[in-house]
Amino acid sequence: MQKILVCLKRVVDYNVRVRVKPDGTGVVTDGVKMSVNPFDEIALEEALRIKERGAANEVIVMSIGSAEAQQQLRTGLAMGADRAILVETDEAVEPLSAARAMLATIEREQPGMVILGKQAIDDDNSQTGQMLAALWGRPQATFASEVVLDGETATVTREVDAGLETIAVDLPAVITVDLRMNEPRYVKLPDIMKAKRKPLETVSFSDLNVENEHHLTTTHFAPPAQREKGVMVEDVGALIQALKDKGLV
Amino acid sequence: MGRILVIAEHDGASLNASTAKCMACATAIDNEGIDVAVLSADGAAICDQAAALSGVAKVLKVDHEIFASQLAATLAPQIVELAGDYSHILGPSTTFGKDLMPRVAALLGVAQISDIMEVKSAYSFQRPIYAGNAIVTVDASPERKLVATVRTASYKAVSSDGSGTIEAVEAGASFPTHTRLVEIKASSGDRPDLQTAAKVISGGRALASEENFSLIYSLADKIGAGVGASRAAVDAGYVPNDMQVGQTGKIIAPDLYVAIGISGAIQHLTGIKDAGTIVAINKDPEAPIFEVADIGLVGDLFEIVPELEKQLG
Ligand SMILES: Cc1cc2nc3c(=O)[nH]c(=O)nc-3n(C[C@H](O)[C@H](O)[C@H](O)COP(=O)(O)OP(=O)(O)OC[C@H]3O[C@@H](n4cnc5c(N)ncnc54)[C@H](O)[C@@H]3O)c2cc1C
Ligand SMILES: Nc1ncnc2c1ncn2[C@@H]1O[C@H](COP(=O)(O)O)[C@@H](O)[C@H]1O
Repeated sequence: MQKILVCLKRVVDYNVRVRVKPDGTGVVTDGVKMSVNPFDEIALEEALRIKERGAANEVIVMSIGSAEAQQQLRTGLAMGADRAILVETDEAVEPLSAARAMLATIEREQPGMVILGKQAIDDDNSQTGQMLAALWGRPQATFASEVVLDGETATVTREVDAGLETIAVDLPAVITVDLRMNEPRYVKLPDIMKAKRKPLETVSFSDLNVENEHHLTTTHFAPPAQREKGVMVEDVGALIQALKDKGLV
Repeated sequence: MGRILVIAEHDGASLNASTAKCMACATAIDNEGIDVAVLSADGAAICDQAAALSGVAKVLKVDHEIFASQLAATLAPQIVELAGDYSHILGPSTTFGKDLMPRVAALLGVAQISDIMEVKSAYSFQRPIYAGNAIVTVDASPERKLVATVRTASYKAVSSDGSGTIEAVEAGASFPTHTRLVEIKASSGDRPDLQTAAKVISGGRALASEENFSLIYSLADKIGAGVGASRAAVDAGYVPNDMQVGQTGKIIAPDLYVAIGISGAIQHLTGIKDAGTIVAINKDPEAPIFEVADIGLVGDLFEIVPELEKQLG
């Protein structure tokens, strides 16, 4: 395989406790730590391991978003990706439009495999990889925990509700990764320095001949309903009594 | 207003409970009728179950041997064939629906709304984002078909007193051969299914080994509960992946949820916030799980759990 394309989304760091703005127009993102979507780091780690095993020659990272997403692409380059592509836009991007921009990039780059996260932890959509595979007319192996390559096919283990499912897909294919696929490497300082010299190309939706369509409008943000604080019990006897009172045991 | 198509989830023999929950969501949307599509190798029994769901007008029975494997790559083009005049196409936000529905949406060239938790109107819905830290209202355009997944934990299954008709439909799509099922390894067992169980007991990292998890299984069996786990317990290999509860595992809504040796990380809590009663057992009085627990008990699980089992008699 010549190339693997990995999609990295810039998202609010998973350790941040996200808060809704009091006026309901969005969530607070000013001054909040931003990171590579955790699933996408795993996607990149997998691509790098495939390359290190000699099964691919180049790993390209791409992101769609504001100019600030360059930071996340630089993180990807520091982890070991060879070059980066930013599809720059200040507008929101729905998964269908993201998938179309990815498809346009695939047509230019002709990767043998595209690896994404199974979901972005901001919008929790879990759509983009599946949409990309549909538009591309290629296989999808979603929620993957293991990928075994054998020539022109990949055998992928998927984490599904019933347990583990294994499918075989012909390449090129789209893979979306789950948490247990691997443990992403830490970036070291020299790698960060080296990453600064790696190529990062910026393009726009119009360069790709893709329209950033919006089909959905988010009209209101609200905090979730709070559960009321309950009672503390002293011992096992009191716990059982409390459960009995509620008719639960 | 139009007709709604619900995509049935099944294991080749019987209907999954998620379909009855999708029906509940569909019923909350103004409609001119709700049909259920059953794509399977031999759908007679599954279609009977689907036709009995309250509110179903018609069951579309699409039999083809290729559907013996429920792969998105082959199901999606067939659903596109069925899409016709339906205004809404709904599937469950289980791994089955999450895999399939975006492929359907993209083939139709429309957006998808994931994880509907409440219907405001036929084209306005509430859904969670940021691991449930925010609930957004999303409006779609009536000009386009709406593809969506239903957050099953937000809906109670409709009853089975319906009387829909069953209509056989010829499988007419052209099916790709680039994707093949190799095997499904169900880790199942005889315990109640996590996603439908009325009671669930989960263990966390504190269990410290696969062997110690027998404490949790034993207590669960005593009260007829399903068993879940935190991600940390799954990652450590104490239990299989399908037991993970939370943002990236299963979202559940049992009447009783007991979290044992689980700290209560936001990603875990998002999976249980619709539970009726949450009980937490943790040795750290400051553990965040106590902020959401209805009943909390501070102490060492290795003493408490055996004692609990004993006193339950
Ligand atoms: C992108 C992403 C997605 C995630 N998705 C999920 C998800 O779906 N589900 C999920 O669960 N997590 C998820 N996580 C992980 C989550 O952030 C936490 O790391 C995880 O839930 C912690 O598991 P735990 O509570 O078992 O372990 P810990 O946080 O280590 O907590 C163990 C608890 O046990 C208590 N304890 C220790 N010994 C005893 C004892 N003897 N008796 C009683 N109590 C004891 C401790 O006080 C502590 O509170 C996700 C993380 C990320 C980044
Ligand atoms: N704007 C984006 N830029 C780069 N990758 C993205 C973007 N949106 C989605 N992705 C990829 O698609 C995956 C699934 O995202 P989602 O469908 O939004 O949950 C993510 O884990 C990323 O790998």
